[in-house]
Amino acid sequence: MTTTEYIIVSVIKIALILFILLTAVAYIVWLERKVIGHMQNRWGPTRVGPFGLLQPLADGIKFILKEDLVPDNAHKLFYIAAPMIALVLSLISISMIPFGETIRVHGWNIPLQITAFSNGSQIQDINIALLIILGITSVGVYGIALSGWSSNSKYSLLGSLRASAQLISYELALGLSLIGVLIISGSLSLREIVNQQAGPFWHWNFFGGLQFVAFFIYIMAAYAETNRIPFDLPEAETELVAGYHTEYSAMKFAMFFMAEYCNMVTVACLATLLFLGGWHSPFIGLLPPGPPVWQAISPIFWFVAKIVFFIFLYIWIRGTLPRFRYDQLMSFGWKFLLPLAIANIIVTSLVVALR
Amino acid sequence: MRGTPENTEGPMLHQVLFFIFGAICIAGALNLLLQKHPINSALSLIVVMGSLALLYLLLGAEFVAAVQVIVYAGAIMVLFVFVIMLLNAGEEDLTRGSRIAILLGVPAVAAITGLVVYTLIARSGDLGRLSIGDYYVKTQELGISLFREFLLPFEITSVLILIAIMGAVVLARREH
Repeated sequence: MTTTEYIIVSVIKIALILFILLTAVAYIVWLERKVIGHMQNRWGPTRVGPFGLLQPLADGIKFILKEDLVPDNAHKLFYIAAPMIALVLSLISISMIPFGETIRVHGWNIPLQITAFSNGSQIQDINIALLIILGITSVGVYGIALSGWSSNSKYSLLGSLRASAQLISYELALGLSLIGVLIISGSLSLREIVNQQAGPFWHWNFFGGLQFVAFFIYIMAAYAETNRIPFDLPEAETELVAGYHTEYSAMKFAMFFMAEYCNMVTVACLATLLFLGGWHSPFIGLLPPGPPVWQAISPIFWFVAKIVFFIFLYIWIRGTLPRFRYDQLMSFGWKFLLPLAIANIIVTSLVVALR
Repeated sequence: MRGTPENTEGPMLHQVLFFIFGAICIAGALNLLLQKHPINSALSLIVVMGSLALLYLLLGAEFVAAVQVIVYAGAIMVLFVFVIMLLNAGEEDLTRGSRIAILLGVPAVAAITGLVVYTLIARSGDLGRLSIGDYYVKTQELGISLFREFLLPFEITSVLILIAIMGAVVLARREH
């Protein structure tokens, strides 16, 4: 593969993954409205298309056609830049995620990951992918912080202050919860972490690596990082109107919205890769491998199934739990999750050292 | 991070990238000093941190680059921005600086710059060439050398940071 061909293949991969991601985001919103509706004895969207399936399209048209307001006293540059920062950063992290092994097109082995290439038989992927995702997550605060500050409104500022404090606090627990997995796998490359979990489900880090404590810390910290209920204090509508995006309308609001859902997908991908064996089937070696067509589709199927499970969990929790109070949120993060994550690191390293 | 599969234009690409990110770094640093509003200055500092991280990455120090982004751009600067927003700091007037600063500072800066430039030019024959990933170190190797050969300095630094944290807690604690 020459450099030109490599660039062309990469551009196609990027376009395809962005298209799939943004479509998925649109339909996650639809799924959320549908599931929440049924949980609350309502129907959810039903009017546009069968089962309301064209609702995301109608929403998109609405966002584009609405008036795009900029408040008079807003800091224009940051006000316009903030939603773009949020969306771009949330889209970048998906480029680190491996979705499967390789596919053979035109005699080339193309790995299903944007930041990877295959030279001949083996796959060379980005070897600090996990650190880069953590870095992007930590820089992602600026989109929210700047939006609140530049709107020049009380509610926005309070929302973004809450968001910054919350994201810094939960990033610690999030980062520390991943150390256990790193101790077991000894690599920062997501592809290698997944390949070490190959096999039936008791080989996964969640069961075999005994990382279920880390998994629950990760899930809770990740919910806080994506501003989801029960950690959605930055946009608590009963207290702060809409939090940091109070002053935003039309496409700028849609950008924040899309960024939040993209982050949800990335978090779900990361949880799948680190704890639940990535694209590996839970029943490898237990069930007959099946026809060749199924063997080709199986990794994608299992990856998507695990992601859908996490997305459903997000929605389920939103339909179930009330919101934290802010001091409860802070003490939960600092006094419960953080010590627990450190204890998990100590226990895991002891087990690995004594094994 | 080893660039494209067929890395024929290595040194050339390295130079181009180095100059791009070096220029961004210096522009960010100048903007940091010249801006009147603290939040603009803080954001310029983030740009400086980010381009420094990319310069580390060009040398192959991928872990250092990632930590630079996570710790400096992601955590420390968020606190800076947080405090600026919390205090609602407004625009500041640029002062012309004291007379001592002009009388002593400007010649001193000129002397140091001249010395650095002179040394670099005079010893340019001894300095080698670099290309992408010359100092490529795996994160694993970095960890092993940090916890075996440099364990004592590492622990001393940890204790130092711990003392700083305790000092901050003591200073911030309310008297009852």
